[in-house]
Amino acid sequence: MRVAAVLRSTLAIVLLVLVMKPHWFAWAFAPFAPEGGPVIYERATLWSLAVSHLALVVLASAAATLVAVTMAILVTRPAGRAFLPLSRTITNMGQTFPPVAVLALAVPALGFGAGPTLVALFLYGLLPIFENAITGLTTLPSATMEAARGIGMSRWQRLLRVELPLAFPIILTGIRLSVVIALGTATIGSTVAASTLGEVIIAGLLTNNTAFVLQGGLLVGLFAVLIYDSLLQLEQYLGRQTGRPAAG
Amino acid sequence: MIEIDQVSRHYDGIAVVDSVSMSVDTGTITAIVGTSGSGKTTLLRMINRLVDPTAGEIRINGEATSSVPKTVLRRRIGYAIQSHGLFPHYTVAQNIGTVPALLGWSKSHIRERVDELLQLFSMEPAHFRDRYPAELSGGQQQRVGVARALASRPDLLLMDEPFGALDPIIRARAQEDLRRIQRKLGSTILLVTHDMEEAIQLGDQVAVMHEGRLLQHGSPARIIRQPATEFVADMVGGVERPLRLLSLYPVSDLVEPGMADGEALEANTSLRDALSICLWTGRDSVPVAREGVLLGRVTVDAIKARARGQ
Amino acid sequence: MIIALSPENRSGLLSPPGLLLAALGGLALQAPFLSLAANRIVAGEGFNAWELTEASLAIPGLLAVVAGLLLGLPSRWHWLRLSGAVLGLAGLMWLLSSGASALLADAGDYARVSPGAGFWCLLVVLCLLMADALAQLSPGPASRLTLLLLMLLALACLLYSGMLSQLSILQEYASRQDALVSAAWQHLGLTLGSLTAATLVGLPLGICLYRRASLRKAILPILSFLQTIPSLAMFGIMIPLLSGFVSIVPAAGHIGIAGVGFAPAFLALLLYSLLPVTGNVVAGLQSTPAAAIEAARAMGMSARQRLFRVELRLGLPMILTGLRVALVQTIGLAVIAGLIGGGGFGTFVFQGLNQTATDLILLGALPTVALALSAAVAMDVVIESSRTPGQGRHD
Repeated sequence: MRVAAVLRSTLAIVLLVLVMKPHWFAWAFAPFAPEGGPVIYERATLWSLAVSHLALVVLASAAATLVAVTMAILVTRPAGRAFLPLSRTITNMGQTFPPVAVLALAVPALGFGAGPTLVALFLYGLLPIFENAITGLTTLPSATMEAARGIGMSRWQRLLRVELPLAFPIILTGIRLSVVIALGTATIGSTVAASTLGEVIIAGLLTNNTAFVLQGGLLVGLFAVLIYDSLLQLEQYLGRQTGRPAAG
Repeated sequence: MIEIDQVSRHYDGIAVVDSVSMSVDTGTITAIVGTSGSGKTTLLRMINRLVDPTAGEIRINGEATSSVPKTVLRRRIGYAIQSHGLFPHYTVAQNIGTVPALLGWSKSHIRERVDELLQLFSMEPAHFRDRYPAELSGGQQQRVGVARALASRPDLLLMDEPFGALDPIIRARAQEDLRRIQRKLGSTILLVTHDMEEAIQLGDQVAVMHEGRLLQHGSPARIIRQPATEFVADMVGGVERPLRLLSLYPVSDLVEPGMADGEALEANTSLRDALSICLWTGRDSVPVAREGVLLGRVTVDAIKARARGQ
Repeated sequence: MIIALSPENRSGLLSPPGLLLAALGGLALQAPFLSLAANRIVAGEGFNAWELTEASLAIPGLLAVVAGLLLGLPSRWHWLRLSGAVLGLAGLMWLLSSGASALLADAGDYARVSPGAGFWCLLVVLCLLMADALAQLSPGPASRLTLLLLMLLALACLLYSGMLSQLSILQEYASRQDALVSAAWQHLGLTLGSLTAATLVGLPLGICLYRRASLRKAILPILSFLQTIPSLAMFGIMIPLLSGFVSIVPAAGHIGIAGVGFAPAFLALLLYSLLPVTGNVVAGLQSTPAAAIEAARAMGMSARQRLFRVELRLGLPMILTGLRVALVQTIGLAVIAGLIGGGGFGTFVFQGLNQTATDLILLGALPTVALALSAAVAMDVVIESSRTPGQGRHD
């Protein structure tokens, strides 16, 4: 446990320095840069790219969470139950769509820039959250639900005080999966002119500058790993509280 | 003949089984009774070396179990457990034929044996052979589990709470079946249970274990009449002891010449049942018959005398 | 204890999803169905479904689409709803085919016709109707496989018949047929090759991790860490790694391993597949009922016999599920290989994005989606038939 904590803070510090003061690492990337070529990406500051990258992900994931959880609540109520089989099919089949393809297909419809990236991240992000929210809301312990009815809770009270809190760790798993996919897909978003950290990698690939590829890859990788890890920690903490362990 | 010689098993320095010695005669049922944590299951599992003894030796027909490779040893010993452990992906026939197949029996030989066993357990082979465990009732699964344990005609059958998962009616029938089949095949059975009633009903010998130690080992009657310790007396059930004792003997033991009113009891009815019938119908004696031929009668006084241990 | 929500529809005569889809379909009909552009780069002008061609050709198609949507309304008779979806799709194709020819007949030589928002929305709505009807019918594995094959066959017939050859995307295809076919082979090669390699590594690794808890706790987090790295970063990092490897071991270069192209893509895909494959092997083996393992041990099966006769067999559905996840994921990720010269459909996608050529994007993206969907359906069938009678579905 101690090792993990030390590792976590080290990675976080490395990430922070890499974003804020990339030149401090110039010595490490220099061997990979072409002779005489730039070592650190300078067309945009790394931190501005990181901010817009994360903003895209946060915006898309927040919207996806809101919509997906609302829809999951609707299709698990008696009135919306007719939509449940269709919802399941959509989530099953929808997740076989490659994220890159969703992004690429958004371009003809919406043009280039942050817009299609945002839409693709949102659409693709819906599925894991929706699926987990449905699982969470349909697999509640029946004794607990019976007790909630038995002590006279109304539907709203049951939903807000029992169902959602108990389903929350599972929903959070969906959010984690969705955020990690969004981080990766946003990287590819730079091929459709969204300004994200992927830009650094693409620039490196186009100019054969391995130093760019490495710093971009490292940044995105560190962000993904740290965000994934903190969400996982949160989930396991909440899972222990509600006694519903989160899936690894 | 199974000899358990000063066998112990320690986990983290704590003795789960503490220097237990006993021997089991060929062709008998020995029931090991104890509460949970008494070490009875560990003792059983040391016999086929699912658990290795920390100290001591177990011999089967004079041969130390430690001198035989584990897999070879286990193929010679049948093993049936409470949750039956049937392979869900094997048919009934494949399940029963598992050990014979491991031993390299021919296909036709295995098939014959499977059919024979199914018949022995009153399961029509043509109907059950190709079914999967999930398609059977709990009682049927349990019977297949025991049939599987008997498939290779093992020297010894180990059973760990074999009827634990069954409801009382099916359980009673399964116990009767086991008794009948054991008598017919002359198998040697070592059975673990937490239920003294079951131990007394099934065991030729009963061994009581507590906190890793063997407290008493003897015939059911002896265990009931002369419990070695307070704990054994508690296990045997305090006030129910006379009734348990009566359940061990058939009415034919106490038949005396004479006449009595009412319908005759079969000679193998237990004394407990006979007493119960007398109390229920308000009689002092009942007639006893064997296959329709009147033998005499049995009186409540005689039963009472036997219950007092005379 | 679990509350199972019954999927049964207890409402009235009309199916709520059917109503919703019919309404959406009605709206989609108002949107431009086809767009006509002067050449392959400029933006097109939209045409509604009823103004595409003369009434005698448009009306049967429109009728079929509307009838299809209406047949989706009842809350029972799911076979009827399914045939409604098929009828609607047929109408859609008819409109596409006849409309494209009619529009092109009056346009210049370089003119291109491509499906518009209306077509795509109707396509999605009708597919959803089909999915809803199928979900209610819940066909067995064999019927699902048959259905998949029939759909692929219908699609192939449609493409080969030349009915749609007027469409911009198929004209693009005609001019790049060879490149697309070789991209398809590269894509399949990358996908199946890396998955095979991942299986060869993951299966023994999974068995090993299953047996050693300490190793499991060390290795599985590393694999899920690998899974977390965004794909572009992973592909990017493979390049310097492999270049470094080739410069240290020149022999590797002689057999074709290089910093860019196939090798880094292959390696990246392999690493991504390791978690689903290995993780599911471990989970599958762990799912063997404890009593069955105890019985196998007690009956004198050796560790090897237990593994092959009991544990692997009972874990098979779960192991195959891991392969399904890995396969579908790899088909999608292999697109990224296009960015680092690894070939595959990604080449078309990224070329299209570079040139702002929609048809090129679609030419890369649509086959990828079709491949992923077919692989998912086919694998589901395989997984379901690998379950033994006693095993329930865990999904």
